[in-house]
Amino acid sequence: MTTYLSNNWDTVLAALEQHIWLALLPVVIGFVVALPIGYLGVRFPWLYHPLVNVCGVLYSIPSLALFVFLPVLLGTKILSPLNIVVALIIYTVALLARTVADGLKAVDPLVVQSATAMGYRRFRRLTDVELPVALPVILAGLRVATVANISLVSVGALIGVGGLGQLFTRGFQLFYVEPIIVGIVLSVLLAGLADLVIVLLGRLITPWTRFQGAAS
Amino acid sequence: MNLSYLLDPSHWDFSDGSIPTLIVSHLWYVLLSLVIGTAIALPIGLWIGHTGRGSFLAINAGNAGRSLPTLGLLMLMVTLLGLGLTPVLIALTVLVIPPVLTSAYAGIRNLDHRVVDAAKGVGMRPWQVLTKVELPMALPVLMSGFRSAALQVVATATVAAAVGLNGLGRLLIDGLAVNDYSRVLAGAIVVAVLAVLLDLVLAQVQRWIVSPGLSKR
Repeated sequence: MTTYLSNNWDTVLAALEQHIWLALLPVVIGFVVALPIGYLGVRFPWLYHPLVNVCGVLYSIPSLALFVFLPVLLGTKILSPLNIVVALIIYTVALLARTVADGLKAVDPLVVQSATAMGYRRFRRLTDVELPVALPVILAGLRVATVANISLVSVGALIGVGGLGQLFTRGFQLFYVEPIIVGIVLSVLLAGLADLVIVLLGRLITPWTRFQGAAS
Repeated sequence: MNLSYLLDPSHWDFSDGSIPTLIVSHLWYVLLSLVIGTAIALPIGLWIGHTGRGSFLAINAGNAGRSLPTLGLLMLMVTLLGLGLTPVLIALTVLVIPPVLTSAYAGIRNLDHRVVDAAKGVGMRPWQVLTKVELPMALPVLMSGFRSAALQVVATATVAAAVGLNGLGRLLIDGLAVNDYSRVLAGAIVVAVLAVLLDLVLAQVQRWIVSPGLSKR
């Protein structure tokens, strides 16, 4: 294992770097896209069920199919990393739009009414009251999306762009276990680390959740 | 959108490699891994939920399972065990276990504890509490975990084709290999439709097996 690592350090590092970009860029973009979509699902209640259904269908498209099919749809080259990024944005939005809607829906109506009574307009009430209150739910969804993305990127190796997944296909073709194990371990570690970062970030930006036990 | 491969009747007979035979093999992998995964995860999840011991495992199983790259696991298993159905089933089963385990645990843990106390109070044995009260009442949550596991496995079973097996991934991998995008599209559409249909079937099953008292009908 260590000989493999020391001999292929550059390859592994490059794969890891690509993996991080391919997984995390879609999370950020997907999150930004999902916020307004999720909000629409709450603002217009008749939109909620279609939204949930469309998200469910989008999420059931196999990643391999999406990776392969997007070049046809977007006119990108088959080996372009853009295909992976766009595909993962679609999954992230499918997962998060629903979570955002559910989180906003679960905000206590009394809280919303109090904010209205205090003079908050719709937009300020959303950004200053409803979104922060819904944050724990939304962050939970963000954790799922991030971890799922990190493990999904490797499927891209089947079409030539897959970060650590390339270590899988290489090991598979050479019938050689080391790169596969290195890839799996790094991928799991990366997911764990990203998850931890979101949890810590969540604690930082929602300090009131730590006092909930004392308050109620 | 080139639907020619999907709509060509010659791809819908029962010859080798036709869409129906690929659907059958795809569903076979899905069914086997769902059955094996549930057989492993359900008892553990129920036990953890019932006794409250090992909650840490149940809570973290979900995230740990999601972070394991299925393709890597599959290729590792093939490298270790050789080509065949077993490595595919192992990789897919690992996908089924976390959601089923976590939802079985959460379904029981989140029950109103007064109901469980009442069941003990009327003299039920622990086994009866589990099978007659906790399990039936946890079914809605459990089924939602099972359904998300099923959706995931239907979509992921396509990677079986990457290691030489059948299933609908054949259309994707072979289509890609010969630059036949209409075949790739056919594969994507059939898998997505299969996933939606399977979810509808499971939703119906859920309606049958969940007690009417719980679903408020």
